[in-house]
Amino acid sequence: MKRVTLVRLCVIAGSVLAVEALCRFGVISRLTLLPPSEMAAYLVRLLVSGEINQAMLQTFSNVAIAFVLAIVLGFVVGAVIHAIPRLRRACDQFLASYYSIPIFVFYPLFVSLLGLNRWPLIMIGFLFAITAMVIATLNGLDRVPPVLLKLARVHRMSRSAEALRIVLPATGPYLFTGVKLALAYSFIGILAGEFILSGGGLGYAIAYAYDAFDNRTMYALMLFVLVVVTAINSALFIWEQRLLQRRGRG
Amino acid sequence: MSISHAELREVRKVFPAAGGQGDVNALGPIDLDLAKGEFIAVVGPSGCGKTTLLEILAGLTAPSGGSIAFEGRLVHGEVPDGIGVVFQEDASLPWLTVSDNISFGLRREGMDAAEIKRRVEDVIAFMGLEDFARAYPAQLSGGMRQRVCIARTLVLEPRLILLDEPFGALDQQTRLLMGDELLRLWRKTGATIFLITHAIDEAVMLADRVAVMSARPGHFIDMVKTNWGTDRDSRVVADERFGALTGRVWTRLRDESLKSVGRSANRLAAAAP
Repeated sequence: MKRVTLVRLCVIAGSVLAVEALCRFGVISRLTLLPPSEMAAYLVRLLVSGEINQAMLQTFSNVAIAFVLAIVLGFVVGAVIHAIPRLRRACDQFLASYYSIPIFVFYPLFVSLLGLNRWPLIMIGFLFAITAMVIATLNGLDRVPPVLLKLARVHRMSRSAEALRIVLPATGPYLFTGVKLALAYSFIGILAGEFILSGGGLGYAIAYAYDAFDNRTMYALMLFVLVVVTAINSALFIWEQRLLQRRGRG
Repeated sequence: MSISHAELREVRKVFPAAGGQGDVNALGPIDLDLAKGEFIAVVGPSGCGKTTLLEILAGLTAPSGGSIAFEGRLVHGEVPDGIGVVFQEDASLPWLTVSDNISFGLRREGMDAAEIKRRVEDVIAFMGLEDFARAYPAQLSGGMRQRVCIARTLVLEPRLILLDEPFGALDQQTRLLMGDELLRLWRKTGATIFLITHAIDEAVMLADRVAVMSARPGHFIDMVKTNWGTDRDSRVVADERFGALTGRVWTRLRDESLKSVGRSANRLAAAAP
């Protein structure tokens, strides 16, 4: 194991143990925070009992749909904007200020357009995530070395072969960044949407437990979300580092 | 060396106006005959259009006037079969291993896998890349990466190889050694070589003829024959004729370089507040 990984694990373990000790010795009130071991134990119970299966299925499927839509459409939109400089000039300002738009306020509009079902929430997750992918695509396409495009011409490659064999791999690291951000934003959009606006899913379950003063369920679910998101992002981070190391950028 | 391999006739390049300035007359008129199997080097001051000339000859850039022919066929719109180009910038594909970089063009041509393997192994051995076949470009030095790019061009067995300052980013010793390798591959392949360089000594050491270009709009102002034997290598720098040849090229180039530097200085002075 690398020294940096070991130090990282020690810091996390130390922090958890410190919180555990503070809770066990009453420095932090149980009404405020539960000991992490208790959260974990109750989470295992919830998972084994199947009580949160429906909420998990709803949240993760919504996140997956929003994420895939954001990746595919974000890449296509980014490529189109990149190909049309006038459109790029028109969109730049909008893209730069996109995250200042409070997307949640459009929920009623989405309900009236898409119906009272899962799709308004997916739309919020999708809108949160797509811009990260559009910007990453533009960033990547801007940075394809011109010499590689000349190389494609020397090899008499068609436009599609150039896109597939040169442009796509050359933009890979930037697209990967977009994928990571899109995943994070999909989770944020869906969970926050469920928390505030929905009647189902993990976000709603956390909000319900909070309103009912059910600390054990609330903290167990928060821990669950934290673990899942951290695990997925860590896996993507490790994969990205391996790819970048090959390219001498890791 | 009597068969004409490539011809440029009255080639010109004018770049259209940009940023409120007038059209830029970048190149020409250029007339040049490349004999089959010849090694020609082109030197000229910065901004004289050397790279533009190479790109026009390769079919990567359309000329504003004149014509280019390769093996009797007009070069028009795309790089003709039989022409290989090595660029000044690092054009290795960072996501592929050295071996995959070299076989990139062959796989594109749909060649039989066994033949690809044979050719790639031959070129890897010839370029001394055996120990790095499975390495990625990021794990190599700049000189080694440029070798990979030359190997990728060489494996396609081009009949005309265009090199745009391929050793520009390398130190002097490495340049001399790479020059030796270039001469070795020239002798082995019998290809015609068109080398763009800003290094006068490199041009004189490597080429049969050194074409000297004027400041913009670049055109040939001298053609210096070196008369080295085909078995030459970097040791010709110690030959007594080497100094005379480089001196002649520099004498022709000096005034043109001053014009080019003066133009840049004037531009800076005009832009100053």
